Amino acid sequence: MTVGVVMLVHTALGRAEQAARHWAASGCPVMIHVDKSVSRKVYDGFVKALDDVPHINFSKRYRCEWGTWGIVAATQTASARLLDEFPEVRHVYLASGSCLPLRPVQELIDYLAARPRTDFIESATTADVPWTVGGLDAERFTLRFPFSWRKRRYLFDKYVQLQRKLRIKRSVPGGLVPHMGSQWWCLSRQTLSAILHDPARSDYDRYFRMVWIPDESYFQTLARQYSTNIESRSLTLSKFDYQGKPHIFYDDHLQLLRRSDCFVARKIWPHAHRLYDAFLTDTAGAMSKQEPNPGKIDRVFAKAVERRVRGRAGLYMQSRFPREDWENGVTAAPYSMFQGFAELFEDFEPWLAKATGARVHGHLFAPDRVHFADGQTAMNGALSDSAVLRDYNAKGFLTNLIWNTRGERQCFQFGPTDNQIINWRVAKDPNAQVSVITGAWAVPLFRSNANFIDLRQEAARLQKIESDHLDVLRSTWTKARVRIWTMAEFIEAPMEPLQTILDEIGPSTQRRLAEAPRMVDLTGFGQFLQNLKNQGMHPYLMGDFPVDPGETARKPRTPPRPYVVR
Amino acid sequence: MHHTPTLLARYKLRLRRKRLLWRAFRKRLEIKAVSRKTHNIHAQDILVFATVRNEAQRLPYFLDHYRRLGAGHFLIVDNQSEDGTEALLRAAPDVSLWRGTGSYKASRFGMDWLTCLQWRYGHGHWTVTVDADELLIYPDWEKRDLRALTTWLDMRGLPQFGALMLDMYPKGPVAAHAYTPGQTPTDVLQWFDAFGYWAQMQPKMGNLWLQGGARARMFFGDKPQLAPTLNKIPLVRWHRSYVFVNSTHNALPPALNRSYDTDGFEKPSGVLLHTKLLPDAPERARIEKLRAEHFARPDTYNDYYDDLAASPDFWCESSVRYEGWQQLMRLGLMFGGDWHPFDRH
Repeated sequence: MTVGVVMLVHTALGRAEQAARHWAASGCPVMIHVDKSVSRKVYDGFVKALDDVPHINFSKRYRCEWGTWGIVAATQTASARLLDEFPEVRHVYLASGSCLPLRPVQELIDYLAARPRTDFIESATTADVPWTVGGLDAERFTLRFPFSWRKRRYLFDKYVQLQRKLRIKRSVPGGLVPHMGSQWWCLSRQTLSAILHDPARSDYDRYFRMVWIPDESYFQTLARQYSTNIESRSLTLSKFDYQGKPHIFYDDHLQLLRRSDCFVARKIWPHAHRLYDAFLTDTAGAMSKQEPNPGKIDRVFAKAVERRVRGRAGLYMQSRFPREDWENGVTAAPYSMFQGFAELFEDFEPWLAKATGARVHGHLFAPDRVHFADGQTAMNGALSDSAVLRDYNAKGFLTNLIWNTRGERQCFQFGPTDNQIINWRVAKDPNAQVSVITGAWAVPLFRSNANFIDLRQEAARLQKIESDHLDVLRSTWTKARVRIWTMAEFIEAPMEPLQTILDEIGPSTQRRLAEAPRMVDLTGFGQFLQNLKNQGMHPYLMGDFPVDPGETARKPRTPPRPYVVR
Repeated sequence: MHHTPTLLARYKLRLRRKRLLWRAFRKRLEIKAVSRKTHNIHAQDILVFATVRNEAQRLPYFLDHYRRLGAGHFLIVDNQSEDGTEALLRAAPDVSLWRGTGSYKASRFGMDWLTCLQWRYGHGHWTVTVDADELLIYPDWEKRDLRALTTWLDMRGLPQFGALMLDMYPKGPVAAHAYTPGQTPTDVLQWFDAFGYWAQMQPKMGNLWLQGGARARMFFGDKPQLAPTLNKIPLVRWHRSYVFVNSTHNALPPALNRSYDTDGFEKPSGVLLHTKLLPDAPERARIEKLRAEHFARPDTYNDYYDDLAASPDFWCESSVRYEGWQQLMRLGLMFGGDWHPFDRH
């Protein structure tokens, strides 16, 4: 008793010849079907090339266009002939010209000999399989598909729509339950001959002729009628990507295929010399009794699909330029933007760096230049501190910075004097942690030595800019983690918000804060604000600051009030 | 940022494409066949198109590289070389050679000439359009040649494959090294910039505009708008209605420019290893400045030529030593997409 092979061939005839010889050399009769679209001349050459091998025959040729009946017809004819001409065949293995046996054929023969009544055919009801692509699953069996999907896509789609609209439904003949599965099966003589000689076969054939992709459902459905023992899996390892295109195996998959312990794999790239050399000459083999284990390979491929679904967040490059709101992650890693902190605390940046271990930059978007941490003139050597270069593509500058420094938390200062063009990008970015002390931009003005008229103008300008920014941060589209305090509110109890921010930044700050940043001297600030008001400019973003310092607990005589944690 | 162009805009692009095709047709008389072996071209062959000038140094490896990738035939226009380029190319059995007699600049930097050849010989073929100092690599290129890649692209109905041009440079002054023709260029040009690239959309033709890299870092820090453009579309399944617009940075019809994914995924893409900075680069810069044949407004680039002619050292602390395609994938300079989804991180 042996295994017969039905081989469907349409291209790469040289490789098909190699595979056929390999099967035949182990005593497996081979029935080859060559697609009708292969020219007569090429076909004759192919037949002649295999002249010297006994037990290789060629069956009647059909035109096998993908998704159409021809493939089933070719399979029927070829397997019928194989069963007729080689009575010693107990199992028929359906393979293609681009299938490659991965294990010695004798191992497959032994494996099947030990399971004489088992049919290996992947077969599941449409309700159970999620793998169809293009939205047609149950409808494959209830609509008609007379038009080619490849060549007459327009008619194909229109006809589907029409049938849906008219609610035309075909009934499945003879109480069949439609099943689907991989095209590549291995059936026992009993089951296969029962299918081929079924008295109702002409009815079934007529029905399946108009089913879409019948090669994935004809045998899969009918085997359920006759088989006494179905193993619903394919002995052929084949993988599909998310579009339903078969994965092709190349030379670099050699180890992966070896580890799979599968009997046969497809599709193999015809120029994959290493694969063909390795698997077709390796006749000695280990004679392992190993069960096929596609699970290993499955995991690798599942991972690949998952990665595809995600893409690398925060990377804008050749190959990946997501349109806005489709980024799947605006930036590569979490980062923090601080507004007003560096103005309110004298040593905020070194303090934050010490407390968190993060890289703390100054105003990255300042008008004069990029204030990188530690006064560096470039980050990673290639992001220069030139404001021209940054503003040329400010959003790109930010995403680049975060991408290029992944692995190290980035923090930077921001304020109304900076380039505001990034505001929306930051606001919509779930990676962003934005903390704002509103109105703190007034502190540098308060401490400056400029003319009051100029200060008043500048204050009005900055207040307008910050107010616009706050609108962005408070909008419904904002995905960043935003915290906003008025300045008055913040200095009331600064340690609590600071602790919250630090806790969020990272595990390196598990302990409570030992040391607080030093707040600038705000004596007279309330009066300063009042002066602005008196000039007709109403600074409201700071919250309520009493004019008379005597009334407030915040009256910092000497020294500036230290906020030390208990 | 991304928007659907109006009917009028699309029509204008169509007119532009027709105009470029017509222009190339008129320029057909400027190229004379020196050695035509095009009868050897098979229907399935991958064709390489290039315009060259004095590239006897780079061509031996260039030809080897693309032969190794499975290229079937080379169609090359020689723009008045004086260094034996012509003899070298004549001798190669798989090279058809033309001589370009007109102005390089007036022929859109050789693009008109190539458009003629692509129109005549490229139709229906997968074509590689590159300069002699551009070596195309992509994920797993050593084991899967261009025939595998183009079959894969065909299966998915993708008409093109994009690449980032990556400036490779040596450590130390550019001219202080030695290069023998035929030698692997990355033996000399071992370094590149892993960071400092920026991308933006050009809505008109829907192409990406990628800039940055070593030359941008060295020469264009204060005028980024002039920094070299790095996005290219070297691999296209040609149709005679296609035309490249600005070098191979963008093409028409605009669908050819969609070499990137906009939904948050990654399309596969390659890298063009740019071997411009081999030891002869400073000398070439001097000559190119005098010829003023290279940019639309050559004067704007005088500083660039002067800087390059001074044989600068491109190397800096953050330069990265080239290891191969896996490294470039890791760094996000090259993408596997569904073509090579493994070992990406």
